[in-house]
Amino acid sequence: MGLISLTTFFPVLGIVIILFISKKNLLAIKMVSIVFSFVPLVIASYMWLHYKYPMTGIDLESQFQFVEHFAWIPAFHIDYFVGLDGLSFPMFWLTTLLSFISLVASWNISKAQKGYFALFLLLETSMLGVFVSLDFFLFYVFWELMLLPMYFLIGIWGGPRREYAAIKFFLYTLAGSVLMLLVMLALYFNVKDPVTGSHTFNMLHMMHKSNQSAWLTTFDVRLWLYIALFIGFAIKVPIFPFHTWLPDAHVEAPTAVSVILAGILLKMGTYGLLRISYPIFPDIAKYTSYALAIFGVINILYGAFVAMAQKDLKKMVAYSSVSHMGFVLLGMAVFTTAGINGAVFQMFSHGLITAMLFLLVGVIYDRAHHREIAGFGGLGVRMPVYMGIASLAFFAAMGLPGMTGFIAEVMVFIGAFSVYRVLTIIAAFGIVITAAYMLWTMQRVFLGKLNPKYEHITDINGRELFTLIPLGALTIFFGIYPLPVLNMIKVPLNYLITLIH
Amino acid sequence: MSNLNSLQYFIPELFLIVAILVIIVVDLFLKKNKKIVSAYLAALTLVVTIFLAYQQYGYSPALLFKGMIVLDSFAIFFKIITALSTLIVIFISLPSFRTKAEYYVLLLIVTLGMFLMVEVNNLLMIIISMEMVGLISYVLVGFNKHDLKSSEASLKFMLYGATSTAVMAFGFSYIYGISGHLNLDVIQQSLIINQPQALPLFVAFMMVLAGLGYKIAMVPFHFWVPDVYEGAPTPITAFLSVGPKAAGLALLIRFLITLVAHPSAGNAANFIQNVSIHAPLLLAALAVATMTLGNLSALMQKNIKRMLGYSAIAHVGYMLMALVVFNNQGIIAVMFYIVVYLFMNFGAFCVVESLTDKLGSEKISAYTGLGYRAPFTAIAMAIFMFSLTGLPPFAGFIGKLYLFAAVINQSWYILALIGLLNSVISLYYYATVVKVMFLNRQENAPPLRVALYNKLLIGALLIPTLVLGLYWSPVINFTSRSIGFLFGK
Repeated sequence: MGLISLTTFFPVLGIVIILFISKKNLLAIKMVSIVFSFVPLVIASYMWLHYKYPMTGIDLESQFQFVEHFAWIPAFHIDYFVGLDGLSFPMFWLTTLLSFISLVASWNISKAQKGYFALFLLLETSMLGVFVSLDFFLFYVFWELMLLPMYFLIGIWGGPRREYAAIKFFLYTLAGSVLMLLVMLALYFNVKDPVTGSHTFNMLHMMHKSNQSAWLTTFDVRLWLYIALFIGFAIKVPIFPFHTWLPDAHVEAPTAVSVILAGILLKMGTYGLLRISYPIFPDIAKYTSYALAIFGVINILYGAFVAMAQKDLKKMVAYSSVSHMGFVLLGMAVFTTAGINGAVFQMFSHGLITAMLFLLVGVIYDRAHHREIAGFGGLGVRMPVYMGIASLAFFAAMGLPGMTGFIAEVMVFIGAFSVYRVLTIIAAFGIVITAAYMLWTMQRVFLGKLNPKYEHITDINGRELFTLIPLGALTIFFGIYPLPVLNMIKVPLNYLITLIH
Repeated sequence: MSNLNSLQYFIPELFLIVAILVIIVVDLFLKKNKKIVSAYLAALTLVVTIFLAYQQYGYSPALLFKGMIVLDSFAIFFKIITALSTLIVIFISLPSFRTKAEYYVLLLIVTLGMFLMVEVNNLLMIIISMEMVGLISYVLVGFNKHDLKSSEASLKFMLYGATSTAVMAFGFSYIYGISGHLNLDVIQQSLIINQPQALPLFVAFMMVLAGLGYKIAMVPFHFWVPDVYEGAPTPITAFLSVGPKAAGLALLIRFLITLVAHPSAGNAANFIQNVSIHAPLLLAALAVATMTLGNLSALMQKNIKRMLGYSAIAHVGYMLMALVVFNNQGIIAVMFYIVVYLFMNFGAFCVVESLTDKLGSEKISAYTGLGYRAPFTAIAMAIFMFSLTGLPPFAGFIGKLYLFAAVINQSWYILALIGLLNSVISLYYYATVVKVMFLNRQENAPPLRVALYNKLLIGALLIPTLVLGLYWSPVINFTSRSIGFLFGK
C-alpha cells in the first residue's frame, strides 16, 4: 500500500476502533479520532518533503507522484488509480491539516460523540479521496461519499434549522452530481484506452484528443457536456445563482463542520473544474471563459455586499466565502500564469483564513450562545488575546500585505487585468467592500463600550489557541514566503495553460 | 422435444411439485405446535431447487414440451432469482407465521408459477403461468382474513388482475389471428414472412403490455399497488415487490426479444420500427411516466409500506428505461439491477417487518429517534434507503450505474437525464426516513430490542448491499453469462 492510500484510509481505521469503544468513554473516542487524523497530517507533511517540484502532472501518468494504479473492476474498466501533482497536493495537505484542527475544535461536542467522530473521520477519508483520484469513477464515488457524513453532521449536531439545512445541502449537491454522472458515462463510452482499445474511466486518457471519439470532438456535444459538468461543480463552489444552500448549511453546521465546509468542500468545485473540465475540454473552457469571469465578478461583489448586510456573524463569514471564491473563479478564467496561479493559491489561502474565521465565530458562540453582531460590543477589553487573533484573521481576509490573501488576490488581479480590464476594475471594488464589512464588524464586536452582559466573559482558552495559532502562523508564513506552495502549483498550472492556448 | 424427453430438463420444477405435495401431506401429521416444520421443509425445498436450477447451466438451450417451454440461461437465471426471493420471504415470515403450513405451501406454488413465467414460449402458457402466480398472490395478500385492510387489498388486487389478464388475453387473440400460431418463435417467423398491417399489431402489443404492465406495476397499470402493499402482510408485500416483479420483467423481456426483435436483422430496433410499433419510444415514455409518477407519489406518503410501494413503482421505471435500448447491455443491466434490488428492497422490508410489532405502527413518524433506540437496525435501514436512492458506495448505485450506462451508450441522453433527476427526487423521501430516525430524537424513549434472529437476517441482507457497492465483478460476470436466449439476438 502506498503513501496516498495509507493517508486516505488511515481515518477509516480510526472509525473501526471508535466503533469498539464504549460510548461512555468520551476521552478515548476523542483521543483516537485526533490521533487518527494527526497521522495523515504527518504522512502528508512527510510527502511534501519528498515532493518533486518539476513534475507537471495534469495529463500524464508518468508526471504524477506517489501513483498507485491497479485494476478494480476489470469488466467495467474501473481502476483504483490515485496520484498527486502540484494542483492536488496543496489541497491534499490542507485537508489533512484542517481535519486534524477541526477534530480538536470538536472537543466540546455534547451529544452522540461516538457517531460524530466516526462520521468526521469518514468525511476526511472521502475528501482526501476526491483530491487523489485520477480515475473518474473513483472520483465520483468519493465525491458522493462525502455527502453522507456531511448530511448527518449538519443534520444531527447542527443548529435549530439543521434538518432543513442538511436536506437542502444534500439535494443541491446530489442534483449537481447526477449531472456529473451523466457526463462521466458519456465520456466513458466515447474515450478509448490507447493501449487496450477499451472504454476507460481514466481521467488522463480522457484528456487526450486522440483517445476521444468523433462524436466527442463535435463542438455542440462538448459545450453541453462542459455545461453539465460545470453546473455540478458550480453548485459546490458555490457560484451565483447556485449558492443558496451555502448560508443555510454554514449557519446551522457545528463550528468544526463549517471549517471543513468552507475550507475544503468549496474548493472541490474549483478543483474539479481545474482537474477535470479544463484538461478534458480546453477549447470550451476558453470559449466560455468570459462567462466564468463574469460569474467570478458577480460572486465577488454579490458575496461582499450580502456579507455586509448580515446581522449574524457566521452568515457574514459564510458570504465572505462566496466573495472570496469569486477571486478563484476570476483568476481561473483568464488563463494567464499569474491569474491561474493566483486562483489556486487563493484556494489554499482561503482554506487557512476562512477556517480561522469560523473557528473564531465558534469561540465566541460557545461563550455568548448567540452570533448577533449587534449583540456584542467592546469585547476587546475582556478578550484581548481573542481580539488579537481575530484581527489577524480579519486582516488576512481583507487581503492585507504580509498574509496569504494579499498574495493570492494581487496575483489574480495582475493576471486578470491584462485580459479583462473592465471586469478587473469592477472586481477590485470587492476589496474595498470586503475591507468595509470586515472593519465594520470588528468595530461592532470588539470596540466601543463593553456590553455589560459580557462583563465576565472569559478570554480564549488553551485548546482554542491550539487550533488557531497554527493557522495564523501559516497565514503569515505563506504570506511572507509563499514559494513552497507557488513552486508546487506553478509547473502543472503553466502546463495546463499551454494546453488551453 | 417430445414430452417424455423434456422431463429430464424439467427436474427443478418436478422436484418443486413433488415437494409441494409432500409438504401438504406431512402437514396433516404435524401437531399444532410443530407446524413450523413445514416452513423449514419449504425452505429446504427451495435451497435444493436453486441448486437443481443452477445445475441446468450446463445444458444447451432447448425447446421443451413441443415448444411450450424454453430452457435457456436467461430462464435459469430468473428461476434462481425468483426461488431466492421466495426463500428470503420464508425467512422473513418465520417469526410471524408459525402455525400456518398452507402459507408456505402457497409460496412454493407461486414459485412454481414464476418458474413457468420465466421460461414460457407460448401464448397460452403465458396466461396460465401468470394466473398461477396471480391467483395464489390474491390469497396470500388476503391471508390475514380478519384484517379488513388485508381483505380489501386482496379484492382490489383480484379485480385489477382479472381485468388486465382479460385485456391481455384479448390481445393474444389478435396476435393469434394475425399469425395463426401460439408459440412465440413461430409467431415471429410468421410476422416476418407475412408483414402484417401495423395497426392490429400495435393494438395487440398495447393490450399485452397492459397485462404485463399490471404484473410489474408499470404506470398506468399500477393503481393496485399502494393499497395492496399497505394491506398485505409485510412479508407478502416484500415478496410482491421482488419475486413476481422479476418474473414479470423476465416475461416482458422474453416477449419483446422473441416476438419483436428480429434475430437475423442484427439490430432489433430496426425491425420494430419497421412494423410501426415504435416500441423503444413507447417504452421510453412508459419508463418516464412510471418512475416520475412513482417518485412524486412516494414523496407524500406517511405509511412506510405505501412509500416503499410507490418507490417500487419508480424502480420498475428505472428498469424499463434500460429495456428501451433493446440490446444485451440493457438486459444485463436490468438483470444486475434485479439482483441488487432484491437485497436492498428485502432489507428495507425486513426492517419494517421487524419493527412493526414493536412500534405498533407502520407510520414513518413512528420511526422517530430510532437511531438512538435500535442503532443497528436504524443504521441498516439508512443504508438500505441510501442504496435505494442510488448513492455510492452502496450496491444500488452500481445497479443504477449499469442502467444509465446502457441508456447513455445508445445516446438516449434526455431519458438518462430524466432518470437521474428522478433519483434526486427520490432522495427526498428516502432521506425523510433517515431524518426521522437520526435527526429527530424522542426524549426518554427506552431502547428497542430487536430479536437476534431479525438482526441476523437484516445483517445477511446488508452485507451484499455493502459488498456489491465496492466489488461486484462476480455478479456482473454471472449476469453476463446468463444472457443466452434461445430465440433472440
